Amino acid sequence: MGEMNTSVKKLEEKFPASIVEVKTFRDQVTVIVARKDIYEICKFLCSDLDLQYHYLTDLCGLDLFPETPRFTIVYQLYSMKHNQRLRLKAKVGESEAIASVESIWKVANWFEREAYDLFGIPFENHPDLRRLLLWDGYDGYPLRKDYPVEGPDFDKPFVPEV
Amino acid sequence: MAETRFMTINMGPQHPATHGVLRIVLELDGEVIVKAVPHIGHLHRGIEKLAESKTYHQVIPLTDRMDYTNAMGNNLGYVLAVEKLLGIEVPKRAQYIRVMLAELQRIAAHLIWLGTHALDIGAMTMLLYNFREREEILRIFEEAAGGRLTPTYFRIGGLSKDLPEGIEKKIKSFVDDYPGHMKEYETLLTKNVIWLKRTKGVGFISKEDAINWGVTGPTLRGSGVKFDVRKAFPYSSYDEFDFDIPVGTVGDVYDRYTVRLREMEWSNAIVKQAMERMPKGPVISDNPWVALPPKEMVLKDIASLIRHFKIVSEGFQPPVGEVFSSVEASKGELAFYIVSDGSNRPFRLRIRTPSFCNLNALPKMIEGGLIADVISVIGSIDIVLGEIDR
Repeated sequence: MGEMNTSVKKLEEKFPASIVEVKTFRDQVTVIVARKDIYEICKFLCSDLDLQYHYLTDLCGLDLFPETPRFTIVYQLYSMKHNQRLRLKAKVGESEAIASVESIWKVANWFEREAYDLFGIPFENHPDLRRLLLWDGYDGYPLRKDYPVEGPDFDKPFVPEV
Repeated sequence: MAETRFMTINMGPQHPATHGVLRIVLELDGEVIVKAVPHIGHLHRGIEKLAESKTYHQVIPLTDRMDYTNAMGNNLGYVLAVEKLLGIEVPKRAQYIRVMLAELQRIAAHLIWLGTHALDIGAMTMLLYNFREREEILRIFEEAAGGRLTPTYFRIGGLSKDLPEGIEKKIKSFVDDYPGHMKEYETLLTKNVIWLKRTKGVGFISKEDAINWGVTGPTLRGSGVKFDVRKAFPYSSYDEFDFDIPVGTVGDVYDRYTVRLREMEWSNAIVKQAMERMPKGPVISDNPWVALPPKEMVLKDIASLIRHFKIVSEGFQPPVGEVFSSVEASKGELAFYIVSDGSNRPFRLRIRTPSFCNLNALPKMIEGGLIADVISVIGSIDIVLGEIDR
């Protein structure tokens, strides 16, 4: 199924060493690629005249704790020319960083900041990597699987001294 | 020559024109904006984290609370994503009712946008007119679902119950009266000189920029890109309805205004078509593992009672896999990405909300413009902080 897809075919021709796996579930194609080549692959998918994945619909983190490498960054691309979607995935280990795609798609700016904020995944060459939804100085990364849903201090209420 | 000094001012988070708790730090050269940095997160409730500890059905009420002006649209986006994950079919009647209510909700959401947008710029009358019509829609929702702002009417596999008797009459009277109301709005604004001066040539964003910055919905179409998820990836039988996608030409505030007005007219036409062609039949799938049995059966039949108890307490277990499914919400493309590990709770529920990306592009639209125009640009991209912060 995945092999029939022209985008996947082109990717396999251009980056034979970086494609880890191609999966299809419910007619949606997922391509798992090597972390170190993510910038080149995204650049190629966006600028290739045949494919034209001009649209980065979504970028999000995924925590597979306790697996290693622990994190996955998921890219949902959309090509208006072919009316086609493609999902890219790149695995990132706990102390590793991944290249930012902000210079390809501006929309990635906040997506990457959000992934950094909630998972603690650093992005290289991001122009403004700060926390987005939580405040500066917040302790911990809430969307990690080992972070309790009630918060780490739910049974220790903060009582100001009077 | 005196040195140039910029002034930094803080707009929000309590500013009435920021439509919620948005804070923008503006760097000004006189009245011209040099740099704008939005700060968000004041309304962050951690819906994505919360969803990981709830069964699939329990997440539906959470989606109501994202974009609280477009609750039906959010419900629809979520249930479609889960249905895709499960691979189940929804009865035709349920699909039509979903489309009808989602389009009514789109009109209601656009009415709030129109009222508050005009109010921000100084045309107060609009708000009063818009809320009058919105009230009619909310009454219809209340009768159908029991809730006005947070209906939670859709279920995975269909609807919670069929439409009550006699509601067709109310919807019909709304649909028939609505074009007349549109005329009233247009008389007040479309050729109003003050309105034109505040909206024409303001908050410009080009086609290429809009795509690169991930802008969707009426804001994208205002820039002339003909992209609508309802046409590109038709869901819930949208391919059976006749409607057009209005687009703008230059991509300023006025274009977004006209695009949304035309969109409301098309939504009204879709509601009308759905009413006329409404099929008969069940409103929820007959898949016993997913769909709740009808209430009358639960009271009479032990097998149905057990089934009801199992689905409510344990939920259901979708296959291992991941789906990405999006709908055209009133603000733009609302997408849900669900990763399932085969348990009864989503392993990861990612929500891509339209306002989040549209707000990201706000600095692009206001930098170089005047400070007074910030308000009209924020109004024109129609943000709801509830779905930006989630």
